Amino acid sequence: MPIEVRIPTVLRQHTDGEKKVAAEGETLHEVIADLEGRHPGLKGKLVDDDGALHRFINVYVNDEDARFLGGAQTPVEDGDVVSILPAVAGGAHPRVAGSPETR
Amino acid sequence: MTRAQIDGRFHLDRTTYEAIIAHARSDFPYEVCGLLAGEDGEIAKHYRIPNAARSMTYYSMDPKAMLQAFNEMDEHDWDLLAIYHSHTHTEAFPSATDVELAFYPDAVYLIVSLQEDEPVARAFNIRDGKITERKLYVGGAQVPAGSR
Repeated sequence: MPIEVRIPTVLRQHTDGEKKVAAEGETLHEVIADLEGRHPGLKGKLVDDDGALHRFINVYVNDEDARFLGGAQTPVEDGDVVSILPAVAGGAHPRVAGSPETR
Repeated sequence: MTRAQIDGRFHLDRTTYEAIIAHARSDFPYEVCGLLAGEDGEIAKHYRIPNAARSMTYYSMDPKAMLQAFNEMDEHDWDLLAIYHSHTHTEAFPSATDVELAFYPDAVYLIVSLQEDEPVARAFNIRDGKITERKLYVGGAQVPAGSR
């Protein structure tokens, strides 16, 4: 049984609209590399050039935040579920004065 | 008041609106955040998500609580309709940080300002760094966007 990877809406352009895709590997890093072979473009959305998880992408293994498990080196097994969600963050930092989108 | 191009409307029922305002007030002066999910623009569920940053100027949704909400949305085939957060000392307009970290182009970004006595709520889309505003309706009536 492969690893099930749940793809958020904003990344489904890379999976032909599929919500769940299969991947193989023994660590998150390997799963992401395998995903890239099947669904080009995903890897760059998940990790930086050094292979570390992006700060504003949450990756979970069986509902646990991978940051607290071992990051990209988190081990995974067949049957595990990997979920991906872009972070939801922001706040009242001052707006850039004169930005073109305001009038 | 900072303005953006108006494009479309966003409808909230009064119960949900009041629950969001109550949530925003409940942790003042810290920012709160949450999600609204549903179908065809009808809100089916309001999620109050803990602000992992617990800050007066920043919010970051608790990753586990967020995942639970998204999993439930998937089970029910609900869409993410809106992402809301409060600004406790500034106006209800997306900050540079809000724009930079807007990773959900299909969602409405609802911002509640508590800087005045009366709360002010406004609704936006943030796509590719561009802000557009939706006219906000609560219980069928348009909400004034505030005096500033």
